[in-house]
Amino acid sequence: MPSAIINPTRMELTRLKGRLSTAQRGHKLLKDKRDELMKQFMDVVRENRALRKRVEEGLMRAHGAFTVASALMSPEMLEQALMYPKQSVELDMTFQNVMSVDVPKYQFHTTSQDPGEVYPYGFAQTSGELDDAVDAMSRVFQDMLRLAEVEKTSQLLAEEIEKTRRRVNALEYVKIPQMQESIKYITMKLDENERANTIRLMKVKDMILKEAIQERRDEDKKAFGAFQES
Amino acid sequence: MYKIAVMGDQDSVLGFKALGLEVCPVATAEEGRTALHRMAKEDYAIIYMTEQLAAQLPGEIARYKDALTPAIILIPGKEGSLGIGMANVKSAVERAVGADIL
Repeated sequence: MPSAIINPTRMELTRLKGRLSTAQRGHKLLKDKRDELMKQFMDVVRENRALRKRVEEGLMRAHGAFTVASALMSPEMLEQALMYPKQSVELDMTFQNVMSVDVPKYQFHTTSQDPGEVYPYGFAQTSGELDDAVDAMSRVFQDMLRLAEVEKTSQLLAEEIEKTRRRVNALEYVKIPQMQESIKYITMKLDENERANTIRLMKVKDMILKEAIQERRDEDKKAFGAFQES
Repeated sequence: MYKIAVMGDQDSVLGFKALGLEVCPVATAEEGRTALHRMAKEDYAIIYMTEQLAAQLPGEIARYKDALTPAIILIPGKEGSLGIGMANVKSAVERAVGADIL
């Protein structure tokens, strides 16, 4: 049912028709956007799952090695060994635009390229397990950075898809049917007015005709009476 | 220039120091909350957080989920994975598609 407060006028009809065509164009565009976002999102999410699995496994290995190392070394020694890292990581962030969603892209560079540089301690006073642990960690680090990028992307895309989906549905199931209903109501009302007008005109014409006939009849009667008298 | 931080209990985050990441050992959820808010205001692009800590700060993490920075990424702590990280991936799919289709 159209809302009670629309004026059944031609102006309103033109306005509504314009709005409807805009809404339909917008709906089509949003639907395309949603489909494309969804396609991108599925790729990202697949990668996200694979990466997360890999990172979790790698980190568990590293944690295992650390636990062994901390069992062999005193906590003070362990902390001392790791206190001053040789390596440091610098991160650059740029943004990439995926279907009007800004997603981060990370570039990082370590201060030294030598993979041996990740060990910030001398080998004399630390256990070999600590080396394993640090090694496992540095190996998983690449994947961790990629995971950060991919996971954030998937979160941002998910948000955008949700928003777009809501908009598409609101247009498809609420806005467009409402406008079509209103347009139908106005056309019906206008047609009805048109017909009422025609009928009124016909009635008036009938009445005028009837009057004319009556007049003519009266005249005839008068003339007939005059003729008989003479 | 952006920074990377690792948050979690002392034993879980110690190893990341060797990689040159900034570590932020926290013992309680309250400490974690203040540290997280402080880092979010500064230019930290990525915050790795152990799942054990993240389980105590669900509201804070949800708050930064839709923001561009920081990206809060859950990693398993030394006690192992709680499966929250994977569950988050799943919930992202559910949010986008409406059902878990993977």
